[in-house]
Amino acid sequence: MATITAGIACSHVPAIGAAMDLGKTTEPYWVPLFKGFEFSRRWIAQNTPDVVFLVYNDHATAFSLDLIPTFAIGCADEFKPADEGWGPRPVPVVKGHPELASHITQSVIQSDFDLTVVNRMDVDHGLTVPLSLMFGQPQAWPCKVIPFAVNVVQFPPPSGNRCYQLGRAIRRAVDSFDAKLEVQIWGTGGMSHQLQGPRAGLINKEFDNRFLDQLVGDPEALARIPHVQYIREAGSEGIELVMWLIMRGALDAQVREVHRFYHVPASNTAVGHMILENAR
Amino acid sequence: MSLDKPYLDIPGTTVFDADLARKGYHLNSFCMSLMKPQNRARFKANQRAYLDEWQMSEEQKQAVLARDYNRLIELGGNIYFLAKIFATDGNSFQYAAASMTGMSQEDYAKMMLRGGRAPELG
Repeated sequence: MATITAGIACSHVPAIGAAMDLGKTTEPYWVPLFKGFEFSRRWIAQNTPDVVFLVYNDHATAFSLDLIPTFAIGCADEFKPADEGWGPRPVPVVKGHPELASHITQSVIQSDFDLTVVNRMDVDHGLTVPLSLMFGQPQAWPCKVIPFAVNVVQFPPPSGNRCYQLGRAIRRAVDSFDAKLEVQIWGTGGMSHQLQGPRAGLINKEFDNRFLDQLVGDPEALARIPHVQYIREAGSEGIELVMWLIMRGALDAQVREVHRFYHVPASNTAVGHMILENAR
Repeated sequence: MSLDKPYLDIPGTTVFDADLARKGYHLNSFCMSLMKPQNRARFKANQRAYLDEWQMSEEQKQAVLARDYNRLIELGGNIYFLAKIFATDGNSFQYAAASMTGMSQEDYAKMMLRGGRAPELG
C-alpha cells in the first residue's frame, strides 16, 4: 500500500529559480532565504520519497486562455521544463509516475472531483522552483513527480474548502494504491503578494503567520476563508494559498511540524515554507 | 440577476474575473504569442504591424505601445500574460510592479526590503 508520509508547503517565486540558475545564492540579498532551506535539504536527503504529488499553478505557460482547467493532473512519463520566454530553466526533466497518477485520477473522479487529465505538458517555475529549493541542483531529480496544476489565474480559483476536501480524496486514493510507495504531497505558491496595480508590493505578515499556525492546528478553519478575504488581506496573488489546503487535506488531522520558515522579501513576495509529518 | 463581486472595492486591485477575461481574450492571446522567439523578433521589429494582426481594440493596442500596465489590466490584461511583454523588453516582474505603483524601481525595491506595503484593509 502507498502511504503519504509528509506534506511540504513552499512558495515558488521565479526570481528564486533565477538566483540558483545564475549562481547568485551567496549574494547578501539571497543568503537568508537559502539558509531557511538548509534544514529542509538535510531532512529530505534522509526522507526522500518515491513520489512527490506536487500541487502548483501554471503561470500562462502550458495553459493560455484557450484552455483553463480548474484541476489538471499530469499522467505522462515525463514533463519538460518550460520555456517561459527566456529559455527553459537548466534543471532536469521531471519524471512522472503514470501508474499512480492514473490511479489517483480514477479514484478522485469517482469521489466527485472532476479532474482534467494531461498527457503532455511542460512545467514552469511554479513546479520547478520548489524542487530546486528542496533538492538543490542535482543531475536528475531523486524521485518521481506527479504535477497537479490548479487554476489561480482566472478568477475564481477553487475555494479553500474544495481544495481541502480534494486533498482528503487524494489521500484515500493514495492509500488504496496497491504498491509499497512513500509519497509526499507538496502545496506551493503564496504567501502574501500582489504583482499588479497600485497596491503591488503588498505583504501581510500577520495574515501569513496566522495562516501557518492554522495550517498546522486548525486547517478546517482555514478552509472557510473566502476568496475575497485572501485578496483583501494577502493580495491578489496571495490567493494561491488555497493550494496549500490540498496538501493539508491529504495529511492526518494531527501532524508534527518539523520545520517552519518565513522570509520577506523574495522579489515581490513573502516566502513561507513548512514541513509537516504524518504520524507513522 | 448579477454575480456577487465583493472584491470590487479593494483598493488598487483588479480581479481578473470572467468578465475581464472575456474582454481581454485577444490581448492576452497576443501576449501569449510572445512566448515564441520568432514572434518576439517580429514584434520588436514593428510593434504596430504585429499588434494589427490581433483582434484587439485600439485602446488595448495603444496601451501596449505605451507599456501602460495599469491601463492594460483595466482593459482585460492579466499580469501573467502581460509578463510576456515586459520579458520581451528585458524587464523584471519587480520593474513592472514598480511601474504600476508609480514608484521608481529603486524605491519599490527598498519598500520590499523594509517588509513590503501594508495592506489597506478599509
